[in-house]
Amino acid sequence: MRDKLMPDMVTALKEAGLADGMAISFHHHMRNGDHVLNAVLEAAAAMGVKDLTLVASSVFPVHQPLIEHIKNGVVRAIDTNYMSGPVAQAVSHGLLETPVIFRSHGGRPRALREGSRSVDIACMAAPTVDRMGNVSGILGPSACGSLGYAVPDAECARHVIAITDTYLDKPLERVSIPHDRVNSIVRLDSIGDPKGIVSGSTSMTRDPVALAIARKAAAAIRASGLLKDGFNFQTGAGGASLATAQYLREDMIRQKVRGGFLLGGITKYLVDMLEEGLFEAIYDVQCFDLAAVESIGRNKAHQEISADTYANPSRRSCVDYLDVVLLGASEVDVNFNVNVHTDSNGIIIGGSGGHNDAAAGAAMTIIVAPLIRARLPIVVDQCTTITTPGKTVDVLVTERGIAVNPARPDLADRFRAAGLDVRSIEELRALALSIAGEPRKVAFTDRVVGRVEYRDGTIIDAIYMPA
Amino acid sequence: MAQTIPTPESSLGKPLRATAGSLESNDIFIALAPGEPGGNEITLESIVMKQFGPAILRVIEESLAEHDLTGVTVTAQDKGALDCTIRARMEAAIRRYKEARS
Repeated sequence: MRDKLMPDMVTALKEAGLADGMAISFHHHMRNGDHVLNAVLEAAAAMGVKDLTLVASSVFPVHQPLIEHIKNGVVRAIDTNYMSGPVAQAVSHGLLETPVIFRSHGGRPRALREGSRSVDIACMAAPTVDRMGNVSGILGPSACGSLGYAVPDAECARHVIAITDTYLDKPLERVSIPHDRVNSIVRLDSIGDPKGIVSGSTSMTRDPVALAIARKAAAAIRASGLLKDGFNFQTGAGGASLATAQYLREDMIRQKVRGGFLLGGITKYLVDMLEEGLFEAIYDVQCFDLAAVESIGRNKAHQEISADTYANPSRRSCVDYLDVVLLGASEVDVNFNVNVHTDSNGIIIGGSGGHNDAAAGAAMTIIVAPLIRARLPIVVDQCTTITTPGKTVDVLVTERGIAVNPARPDLADRFRAAGLDVRSIEELRALALSIAGEPRKVAFTDRVVGRVEYRDGTIIDAIYMPA
Repeated sequence: MAQTIPTPESSLGKPLRATAGSLESNDIFIALAPGEPGGNEITLESIVMKQFGPAILRVIEESLAEHDLTGVTVTAQDKGALDCTIRARMEAAIRRYKEARS
């Protein structure tokens, strides 16, 4: 057996044929605890490589050294689904010569499969690797659970390097990425900081505004007619979303409803619902906390799925079977378009992730958001950036009332019949302005710092540099 | 929460600075201290400066005028407070300031 283990990162990158102008990819299961992206770029910089395109499924605050690598010409372009922290701020202010390509969690694997996004080398954070090169996410000090976002990279990249801190002599029992997709292995002292990979425990919010939103969102789900046996559900990990899941849990117990699957980023609250028998299965593309990592390791009903299976729009993926998804928003405009890319100053604070994928697939897409956040009205005339088109958004739930997309009069009728506080979105907009006052418009330059690619590959918006 | 604003002391050792509010989201922290006689000097930091900076300054100036206060420096750190909150924090700070001076 040819030994795949390389003595160090530089040797592995040389063996992979790393050269100027190549595209190298990373998954984001290590989240803000990731050591791998920085270690790879440091090695590439030491080799004198220039003009790389970084194809990272997400970029976090921990990736701040990337700013220097961009200034020094090691990295020239970024292709990502989500960006936050210092790199996102620097990019917002014009750090890159070419605009960032923003994709969704489903659009990225679509682009990789169809070849419109090629990757030369996938540099895969791999919590445990055996001698053959099999990779598992559920074992080791940097265990992250699901490796769903790494699957398309492993299958589409020309060369795959598994980067690990736990190298086993015996074959792995359970495998996320099979050995035949892994060309070489590199060991690091630590591939991630467990505190940044998963949060120890996500505590339930006590914010009265978030709880008010959650009560209304749960009431909307009850009234929708969708809450019945086989109900498939996805929720984000935000305070109002998780609180809604808790109210939903109580409703399901009371009404003796047994759901189908739970989808998306998984937390303890969803694991508890599975273990209580409220759902048949969890389809897990990413674990958000330790309880989820432990659960995926021991519970057969908690299944790892790839980014393709989760949301690839060129196939029928899990999002297409969703009954309800709860999603957040930085802004929602009067046409129900949603922004999760930028804040009201036009600074990049995130990206679609699975936002526009889940919205497109679900029978009912609910946006949960406060009417006003730190004096800024969340309901606006026009979003600073469009992440998710309004035609895929059905309901906006705020603490001051519920707005239903005019394209869904059926839902509005059901909500009214259930006595819910249904208002037009224009009414919510006017209410927000009457409380907060009219904000002055933020000025932008004509320089494009990011392009938003919808899940199907069409460019739906541009992000401009603030003046 | 850490406060870095220095506290001037009177000759009696009594603080001449009065504060109100907090640095929580949706609140504003106001500190009043003696300044040059005749006018008022306002320093404002806000997370919504671009959208509401002039509106916040206007409310602070109105509050000072309502209470006939001149010769002070106002240091305001805003975390997205509504006008009603700014007025309430200003009123509390001004009352405390006058109390400390009397």
